[in-house]
Amino acid sequence: MNVPVIMFFACALLAVFGAVLLILAKEPIHSALALILVMAALAVLYLLLGAEFIAAVQLIVYAGAIMVLFVFVIMLLNAGVEDRTNQSLMAKYLGLPLSGFLVLDLAWWIARSTSGKAELTASAVPAQASSTIELSNLLFKQFLFPFEATSILILIAMVGAVVLARRDP
Amino acid sequence: MGFITQHPILVVSIVKVAVLLFAVLTVNAYLTWFERKLVGHIQSRIGPYFVGAHGLLQPAADGLKFLFKEDLTIPTSDRFVFCLAPLLSLTLALTTLALIPFGPATIYIFGQPTQLVVADTTLGLLMVFAITSIGVYGVALAGWSSNSKFSLLGSLRSSAQMISYEVSLTLSIVGVVLLAGSLDFRTLVEGQAGYWWHVLPRWRVFPQIVGFMCYFISAIAETNRAPFDLPEAESELVAGFHTEYSSFKFAMFFVAEYTNMITVSCLASILFLGGWLSPFPDRWTWQLYIPAVGLLVTGVALLADAAFKWNGIARVQLVVISCLALGLGVLALNPMVMPIIQGVFWLLLKVFLLIFFYVWARGTLPRFRYDQLMSFGWKLLLPVALLNLVVTAFLIVWMNR
Repeated sequence: MNVPVIMFFACALLAVFGAVLLILAKEPIHSALALILVMAALAVLYLLLGAEFIAAVQLIVYAGAIMVLFVFVIMLLNAGVEDRTNQSLMAKYLGLPLSGFLVLDLAWWIARSTSGKAELTASAVPAQASSTIELSNLLFKQFLFPFEATSILILIAMVGAVVLARRDP
Repeated sequence: MGFITQHPILVVSIVKVAVLLFAVLTVNAYLTWFERKLVGHIQSRIGPYFVGAHGLLQPAADGLKFLFKEDLTIPTSDRFVFCLAPLLSLTLALTTLALIPFGPATIYIFGQPTQLVVADTTLGLLMVFAITSIGVYGVALAGWSSNSKFSLLGSLRSSAQMISYEVSLTLSIVGVVLLAGSLDFRTLVEGQAGYWWHVLPRWRVFPQIVGFMCYFISAIAETNRAPFDLPEAESELVAGFHTEYSSFKFAMFFVAEYTNMITVSCLASILFLGGWLSPFPDRWTWQLYIPAVGLLVTGVALLADAAFKWNGIARVQLVVISCLALGLGVLALNPMVMPIIQGVFWLLLKVFLLIFFYVWARGTLPRFRYDQLMSFGWKLLLPVALLNLVVTAFLIVWMNR
């Protein structure tokens, strides 16, 4: 057991804990906090893989920008404790066995696969995606068109939001 | 001893963290004294004066007061989030400081060579912004969990302000990053060595003066300081997001605010003002004596002050402080110590000057109105920062062609 492996399991457990808490929490703010915990744990996992840029971007974009907006909206609407409906019978009798089956299935295929057993080091990541220069070369040369198309898509969404939010004159 | 040789990085890191923490908390305490003193003199008052000589024991008294006051937790508050918010603020503020290098020198701790930075990474700048982007949660959660109107309004304002100004803050430094072609603090500073026309240091503040101004204004807003201290506008909101906090939890917000001030000033010095580089050319060897001479002169001045102006216990304090300054001055003359402290001295001097500007702005400018703040951020600062970035990028491409 070296330090990266211990760190990996700690962060993985933290991420799973956050994800479970996200669903079970009654207060919307607690759910949002749990989601932030998941994202921070994922950022540490990216760091362990040697993808420092992706880790920083994960924190800035998801934990920093998107979740702040979530928290902001929850605070602004002052959303209270959520109402729960009675659980449907289908979820109880069909959902539980099926999700159990899914977990077992995933565990079986992960245990069988050979490629997932690589060492948890920076070398396990393709060197292309690790450094910022390589990443920007990929993004702005090879994948320039999809990148620009995505940004125009986001711009359209922003313009749409402004149009919807604008008060009538 | 076996543990040290087996885990050098762990032991060295713990030592560096302890030293940094001690230094930052002490400096924070005396920044409050410095701020009150300076604002006092700006407003024709004398500031703290009676607790110790020149009010120098005031921070200690304030610290003790924070420790011994009753720690109130509102019964209707969300207890967990209420305790989490100040912790989050302080932790994130201190973590950012761990990424900042304080000099180029290599030092030895237990015989292990190491740099003057706690976390040495090549993406330092990006990591700093990653951590500061989460800093909003401390303020937002504090206001929400207090279950009070004033707190909630204060924290809503504050989060909106921090999100808005973070955009221009980030955009204003991209010009510098483009010029340096790196996100590593070491490369960013070393790219500023040298001179234009043999006199002007190659600091990035000169080609990026617009970027520097945008950075400094948004940094003041980002740290919630006057004239952008809307979140705690006491005439409207009691105390904003920390209305319901008392005792040590309040002190944690306070320390976090001052730590953030130090961090953004460190960033400004590293990015724009040449970091640990001295403004004088290398061939002027007398500049090596500046830190030592400065300390010695301070010590002698304090001794003279103690001898002629003060008496009783205040005189004893001043003598102790001046002996400390004289001792450090003599230590700084030691040929082994002298090269190590040069970088640290210049960086800290620049940080101190920037903090002086911070306090100066607070003492001089009236507070913004909330709609003025928002329109200033989005309609003036952001376009200017964006324009600066575009012009810089075009110029770089044009020069390199």
